[in-house]
Amino acid sequence: MTLPTQHDISQEIAQLVATDTATSGTAHHPDRGYAPYRSSLLRHPRQPLVAVGDPDAAELRGPVFGTTDVTELDADLTRGHTGEPLGERITVTGRVLDRGGRPVCGQLVEVWQANASGRYAHQRDQHPAPLDPHFTGAGRCLTDDQGRYAFTTIKPGAYPWRNHHNAWRPAHIHFSLFGTAFTQRLVTQMYFPGDPLFPYDPILQSVTSSAARACLVATYDHDLTVPEWSLGYRWDIVLDGPTATWTEEDH
Amino acid sequence: MHPTPSQTVGPFYGYALPFPGGGEIAPAGHPDAITVHGHVYDGAGAPIPDALLEFWQPGDGRAGRPGSLRRDPATGGFAGRDGVTFTGFGRIATDADGHWAIRTLPPSGAPYLSVCVFARGLLHHLFTRAYLDPDATDPLLAGLAPERRATLRTDREGPRTHRFDIRLQGPEETVFLDFR
Ligand SMILES: [Fe+3]
Repeated sequence: MTLPTQHDISQEIAQLVATDTATSGTAHHPDRGYAPYRSSLLRHPRQPLVAVGDPDAAELRGPVFGTTDVTELDADLTRGHTGEPLGERITVTGRVLDRGGRPVCGQLVEVWQANASGRYAHQRDQHPAPLDPHFTGAGRCLTDDQGRYAFTTIKPGAYPWRNHHNAWRPAHIHFSLFGTAFTQRLVTQMYFPGDPLFPYDPILQSVTSSAARACLVATYDHDLTVPEWSLGYRWDIVLDGPTATWTEEDH
Repeated sequence: MHPTPSQTVGPFYGYALPFPGGGEIAPAGHPDAITVHGHVYDGAGAPIPDALLEFWQPGDGRAGRPGSLRRDPATGGFAGRDGVTFTGFGRIATDADGHWAIRTLPPSGAPYLSVCVFARGLLHHLFTRAYLDPDATDPLLAGLAPERRATLRTDREGPRTHRFDIRLQGPEETVFLDFR
């Protein structure tokens, strides 16, 4: 089987771009059946989702995590090994908010990423770039009383994948977030500003509104940059979905 | 505010999200413990070896407890669950055969286990429910055609064993949920 070319995929992406006027709340999330991302073809439901209007639904509350579920070292991905990882040291911080703009406090944030060479510490990653014995690339923390999270890590590299011929993922950090309700669950990816791979990547482009895609890109913040130490990026996250305390002011 | 868009969990979450004992929601040896297991299948009927499932099961107080993925403050490694507390939260990756299994307690407070499905190829997670009591009924089940309703009910394989297969696509596609 021959893989589609980047030209083929880029044409499909162009056909599926949303016009900016069509951006409404729910259109912010990607369509699960997004053909340029080939793995989505057999892995999305074709039946419409069934609406649950039950105000007592268990999902309107969510798992609870506490200080025993993380240690202070977990938020620094550059530690926990016998030496310093290779790459550009960065700090990534921001706030987790609900759709009403309220901070989501004391909730678990998990991250994972490739190393500076674009290689995951995962047996199935066959990209012929070096592993780094001093970097695994997994971390976690709890948001503070203002909804803030913060990680110290290294900037991940771009990496190839086999969605199509010459397919490369822009550099990204995977994020997993919990809100106060199971319905607020979010797994997403944070990208770095100005990456030239953005237009070629069907995973990022599955978010067809340019305004929504912009929500996935961190901002370089020189005030977060630490002299002689690390570059700073800021990325805020807004969780979707109702909670048991959802009120009329949210719409 | 606009929500942050979802993106796929991808194929390489394996060293970050699963944790030892993630599927052992009930303490070992609990006399009421049940096993719930099954496969996750794609639209061609092939098992999905890189899916991740999360289970949420509040108790009567509709609340969970911390301590699902406790860490050891001395080593930074996993300390595991404390062996006593029912936290209500479970997380398990499918194996190379697309199979998963959890050990939990029969649900209380709601007649179902809440399930969240992530996978490579799935750009936005999916919610479903596993109803363990064959006589359970609620407005959601009542509103479904019988063949669709059947996708939310577990098959009882033994006195303490339930099977719950999840089909992301196809003629027996599982009912997936939207919360408003
Ligand atoms: Fe990735």
